[in-house]
Amino acid sequence: MATDHIDVTYVANLARLELTQDETTTFQRQIEDILGYIEKLNELDTENVEPTDHVARVYDRVREDIAKPSIDRDDFLNIAPDTINDQLRVPKVIEEM
Amino acid sequence: MSLSSQTITQLRAKLTAGEITAVEIIDSLEQSIKEKDGAIGGYINPASYDFDAAREAAKSADLSLPLGGIPIAIKDNINVKGEPCSCASKFLYDSYVSPYDATVITKLKAAGAIPLGRLNLDEFAMGSTTDNSAVQRTNNPHDYDHVPGGSSGGSAAVVAADTAIASLGSDTGGSIRQPASHCGVVGLKPSYGRVSRYGLVAFASSLDQVGPLTKSVEDAALMLNVLSGSDTMDSTSLEVEVPDFTANLDAGVAGMKIGIPTEYFAAGIDPAVREVVDKAIDQLKAAGAEIVEISLPHTEYAVATYYIIAPAEASSNLSRFDGIRYGNRSSQADNLIDTYKKSRSEGFGSEVKRRIILGTYALSSGYDHKYYDKAQRVRTLILKDFTDAFEKVDAIVSPVCPTAAPKHGENSDDPLKEYLADICTIAANLAGIPGISVPAGTISNSAGNKLPVGLQILGPQLGEEVILQVAKVCESF
Repeated sequence: MATDHIDVTYVANLARLELTQDETTTFQRQIEDILGYIEKLNELDTENVEPTDHVARVYDRVREDIAKPSIDRDDFLNIAPDTINDQLRVPKVIEEM
Repeated sequence: MSLSSQTITQLRAKLTAGEITAVEIIDSLEQSIKEKDGAIGGYINPASYDFDAAREAAKSADLSLPLGGIPIAIKDNINVKGEPCSCASKFLYDSYVSPYDATVITKLKAAGAIPLGRLNLDEFAMGSTTDNSAVQRTNNPHDYDHVPGGSSGGSAAVVAADTAIASLGSDTGGSIRQPASHCGVVGLKPSYGRVSRYGLVAFASSLDQVGPLTKSVEDAALMLNVLSGSDTMDSTSLEVEVPDFTANLDAGVAGMKIGIPTEYFAAGIDPAVREVVDKAIDQLKAAGAEIVEISLPHTEYAVATYYIIAPAEASSNLSRFDGIRYGNRSSQADNLIDTYKKSRSEGFGSEVKRRIILGTYALSSGYDHKYYDKAQRVRTLILKDFTDAFEKVDAIVSPVCPTAAPKHGENSDDPLKEYLADICTIAANLAGIPGISVPAGTISNSAGNKLPVGLQILGPQLGEEVILQVAKVCESF
């Protein structure tokens, strides 16, 4: 069965995952198996079928814009991995030139 | 009979008659959890539970409310303010404490219920055995060598073992119905949009629904009354009337047309499971239902469709676990990108990584048309199968799963084989229709233990009343 050759390492990087050599080998085989099975969908002609993204078909529902108390700040900060002065501390984002 | 082994309905009658107190229910649960859960592993960290706080809540419970004084155990992917919510993932375990209540929890509390205990699951609800939990193994109470099913394996096991009165689970592709079937309890997946998803940790947003696992059909109806309703915090929750689901429970099936989909009885179904299901169908006929053979012609494409759509949505939803705001942050990284990669890679288990990669691929530039768009179109055909079928019949009856609960580790190296066992449950999620699993019988395994087999009843969108009526009849067999 013709399956696109997925490059698991490349896709993992897109998903911000870092795989071990063992994981790469196992996932490569398993995901190729799954993609091979998924080829089955090509048996169906769906040229004139509308896609269903959602069965609820509810769009752009908005609630009243009323100010009300939000979740307590301390409850958020208490579960953060690293904080400073009541703010989240994150690793350096901008590299030095 | 201990209080922990009784139904909500039985306990409510005794509470309101003043025969028992809500505190005694907590006492009974505490005792049964301490005695039995060690061997089953349905609860995560039960030794840490504050039973005294639960007793305080029980003392002040308003017994005039529909679930007044009833403790409900919660799947560990639903937020309860002040409690851990690990999703059975190393990423959140030991570090995350919910800063808010999910809407279903707000509703349970408003109905007088007491959320008590956190239930094991497959990591982020991805799996059908609960063996994908990074926290612990959960055993099927009927035979510890077997899985409880999944992903709501803890939710089903504790109800079956009488270490809970009832529980909440979530169902993205069968994750309430299949473990309910494997453990011999009632499990209801509501129609998509019937119940708010706010505060349920998102796996596949167009498929996820929260629902109850209970010891009786009446309890499921009672809980659905409380859980249902439109919510301003979930724009996909439907603005529709919520009927009293307990009102017509005893209407029976006389004159009802019940469809049997040939495709759900195809090759691969264990003959012993088939026998149990066939017997239930005969009994429905004897109870006055007209049994009609129907076809859901695109059934064979449901698994392939699901395993594009669900991982695609998951890959997007799980991008929030980046190590910045909560959960695991790797100590091995020295820049932002590495922080994302290492925090996620340390925190996620194999099944989660596999699905994120599959979903990312299905959405990636150049392949999104071939996979994601194609799957959405086939989803339309699957939806149409059901629309057509429900023009002819009132409800559809089938097995929940082609086999009874497998042993631990049986398909651990072959995810595709495990995915294919979802054949009877996933189409309902793709179509957004309600489904219920009700115990139908048992089959004996080689160890001489009896493993439960459930019957699945599917209804049209928002047709919960019908499937509850059918389930109520099946319960009496």
